[in-house]
Amino acid sequence: MTHNIYIYILTAAAVSFLIRVLPLTLIRGKIKNQFIRSFLYYVPYVTLAVMTFPAILTAPQIPLAGILAFITGIAAAWRGMNMVGIATLCCAVVFICEMISGYIL
Amino acid sequence: MNRNRNALKNGIRDGFPIALGYFAVAFSLGIVARKAGLNPFQGFISSILNHASAGEYAEFTVIMANAPYLEMAFVIFVTNIRYLLMSCALSQKFSSDTSLFHRLFVGFGITDEIFGISIARVGILNPFYNYGAMAIALPAWAAGTAIGIIAGNVLPTSAVSALSVALYGMFLAVITPAARTDKIVGGVVITSFLVSFIVSKIPHLAALSDSLKISLLTIVISGIAAFLFPVKEDSEDTTPSEISSEVTEHDA
Repeated sequence: MTHNIYIYILTAAAVSFLIRVLPLTLIRGKIKNQFIRSFLYYVPYVTLAVMTFPAILTAPQIPLAGILAFITGIAAAWRGMNMVGIATLCCAVVFICEMISGYIL
Repeated sequence: MNRNRNALKNGIRDGFPIALGYFAVAFSLGIVARKAGLNPFQGFISSILNHASAGEYAEFTVIMANAPYLEMAFVIFVTNIRYLLMSCALSQKFSSDTSLFHRLFVGFGITDEIFGISIARVGILNPFYNYGAMAIALPAWAAGTAIGIIAGNVLPTSAVSALSVALYGMFLAVITPAARTDKIVGGVVITSFLVSFIVSKIPHLAALSDSLKISLLTIVISGIAAFLFPVKEDSEDTTPSEISSEVTEHDA
């Protein structure tokens, strides 16, 4: 049988919505348990770190561009550059890097 | 009232680079949606409701396979399970009297990037900050998908390639300052990079979906870190004051 695209979309949307909303609505106030508090304290940094690396290496056409963008991004953030600046800088590194490699290869 | 307006403004400002990145990524997602048989309107609806890159990619593959609806529910649950963790973490950034309305809407707007910028806010999170970011980023995501379906491959490859790292640059902007000021966070971040890299090289583990890998690694690494280095009660991140959040909305 063929399925309806709108029912597919709504099913996906409903599941996504529940996943996103349930913890926020069910967990009211501060969690007292120290382990859970510590766990949630580390979650954002770990999630963002594992999403960034090694994915940043495979996102551009050549991995070297990704490595350079990765190093540049960390260095710029270390020195206190803002988010927009860092994102732009990373894009520029990849763009220039791939342009140069286009001439060499 | 004034504080809410400032938060909204800050959200729009921080959401702007996200919107640019989203547009480019969603554009390429639109190419997949087109293959799955979606028209631009359906692509727009799907993106405004789901706004999840890995999740929607999976969604389109399910549609392409003409699989049962139940499979769609399961696939979306697995690919998006990290949002469950993000939602838990965000619940600790809210003041406890935040209304159900705000909880529902902020929850609806959780994406990797919006979570990233909102968790980086100092002190209690003002929902209007998220609304600002959502107001600019989510339509860009949905429009990108629709235009991707219509236009296909218009952007040159070099531009797509360069834009593809914008989102990671933003992630680095969130984790690096924290890793610099808190040595333990720094160690946890470096460990995460290494373990994530190693996992991507192990054949059986690398075959798992990206979202599942991210969720598993997050649970394991954060769990071990929480066990070894419990966060003290008086940490400013966990007991923020009203005053500090008011200050940030003004001086940012």
